[in-house]
Amino acid sequence: MQLKTEEVGDIVLLRIEEERMDAHNSGAFKEQMLALFDEGKCNLIIDLSAVRFVDSSGLGALVSGFKNASAREGSLKLCGMQPQVRSMFELTRLHRVFEIYTSVEEAQGSL
Amino acid sequence: MKHNVEVDITIPNQTRYLGLIGRIGEDLVRSLGRYTGDRDELAYHLNLVLTEAITNAICHANANDPDKKIQVQISASDNSLCIKVFDEGAGFDLEKLNPKDVKDTAECGRGIQIIHRLMDKVDYRRSDKRNVLEMTKKLH
Repeated sequence: MQLKTEEVGDIVLLRIEEERMDAHNSGAFKEQMLALFDEGKCNLIIDLSAVRFVDSSGLGALVSGFKNASAREGSLKLCGMQPQVRSMFELTRLHRVFEIYTSVEEAQGSL
Repeated sequence: MKHNVEVDITIPNQTRYLGLIGRIGEDLVRSLGRYTGDRDELAYHLNLVLTEAITNAICHANANDPDKKIQVQISASDNSLCIKVFDEGAGFDLEKLNPKDVKDTAECGRGIQIIHRLMDKVDYRRSDKRNVLEMTKKLH
């Protein structure tokens, strides 16, 4: 999956540079997050502003990252969702699981 | 006069084609002449239902076998939408893939649940030597 990674202190900002998160790229995304966790980088902010479409596989990858971050006493926060992506979190009730912010700055300010 | 649109596509059993079929579904919705509801929402939902159904066919029914194929038929009229996804595999148990209560932190199990939430009728059955997942939705 195409990502841009930026480290600010102990926070890693992941900007997803794909229009779709689906079964074709969500497995690779999970692996990319696991590699960060293995390096001890456990506080992630994921910027979804470029993502127009997410399916259950994409949501599953984000849940996997959230569980791995939490198990390491870290955090995984989401920001920049387009309205239809946000509606997927509501449809599956995952908006109750994740901390969701409107912008990267707002997510950073919560830490 | 009725405005029926029918699309029939066969793709290799590979997830790389999910985006292509999703875009075709969205374009089809935008071409519906008389639909008066939220067209952007319906386009997104058709993209989603196609993506979930084809992913199930590729990964569960056809067990990721690259030699198998998936056939997708979309039929839209003024008042209904029907999608059929044919696989060539051993099939899957629709009920097992649709747990009544998916845990909030489960990584899998939401695909068929999403299809049930967005479509009015969902049926999976044997059809000749293949299986077909048929999903219909009334359009208002």
